[in-house]
Amino acid sequence: MRDISLHLLDIIQNSVKAGATSIKVIISTDRGKDRLTVSVEDNGCGMDAAFLQKVMDPFTTTRTTRKVGMGIPLLKESCEITGGNLVISSTKGVGTALEADFILSSIDRIPIGNIGDTFFGLILDRPDINYRLSFINGENLFVLDCEELRNKMDGVSLNELSICTWIKEWIEEEKKNIFGGILDEIIS
Amino acid sequence: MKSLADLDAIRTKAKQDMAARSEAGARRIVVGMATCGIAAGARPVMNTLVEELRTRSINDVAVTMTGCIGVCRLEPIIEVFEANGDKVTYVKMDSAKAKRVVTEHIVNGQICQDLTIGAYEK
Repeated sequence: MRDISLHLLDIIQNSVKAGATSIKVIISTDRGKDRLTVSVEDNGCGMDAAFLQKVMDPFTTTRTTRKVGMGIPLLKESCEITGGNLVISSTKGVGTALEADFILSSIDRIPIGNIGDTFFGLILDRPDINYRLSFINGENLFVLDCEELRNKMDGVSLNELSICTWIKEWIEEEKKNIFGGILDEIIS
Repeated sequence: MKSLADLDAIRTKAKQDMAARSEAGARRIVVGMATCGIAAGARPVMNTLVEELRTRSINDVAVTMTGCIGVCRLEPIIEVFEANGDKVTYVKMDSAKAKRVVTEHIVNGQICQDLTIGAYEK
């Protein structure tokens, strides 16, 4: 994957397929610890301990169209190449939480990419899911809450093109506000 | 700077759009958006399809995502479903080809034969 937003698009679809109705995504940076952390938490069907053990293995998948599942192994690789790591915890019937840690200043850290485009696609496809996206950088905070938005919409679906286009632009604008555009650059 | 207050105006506009839309159209374009598709560039293809449909004010064709279609080596793959259930599968897509599909297939009803899975699998 070329950037983190593409990994996110991929990983979040695991949550969607797990039947999640609420998916929380937090992207945060900690300059002091030199970390960029991306976490995804869902209320999907979860995995049992046996499947959780195998989930990092590319030859594990729930699909029947093919025998390999590369989404999680590729994300793990993108984390570990920077010196970070990927941790997944899950409870059957409760949900799954995933935390991807990247070393912020690593030359191998892929850029954050277009988060707006990622959520544009996700919301266009499933406007009923309660996505909650947060950007955190020290005291700077941005939260997009689809449930809150939907309540303001007076029956208009979030996947109306004008609405999700606005959401996409809003996310990208706030990404620059919160992180100052630094995430797409190599930090010296 | 955008704020949530902007949404009110957009919502009103969206409501008008919804009322004006014909319910007859049941055509869909489905984009393969699993790991294989994303890595091969499916997201820009989907964006181009949506943009192109909007530019041409075509609002009775839905664009949705699906998982792996099963032929990862030919990604990005899109499937055009006609109202009668017929399906055309286009493979190895990019933004330029996506524009062609909208112009030739969606607007003019001419299948882009050279982009179909049939043409690649000969």
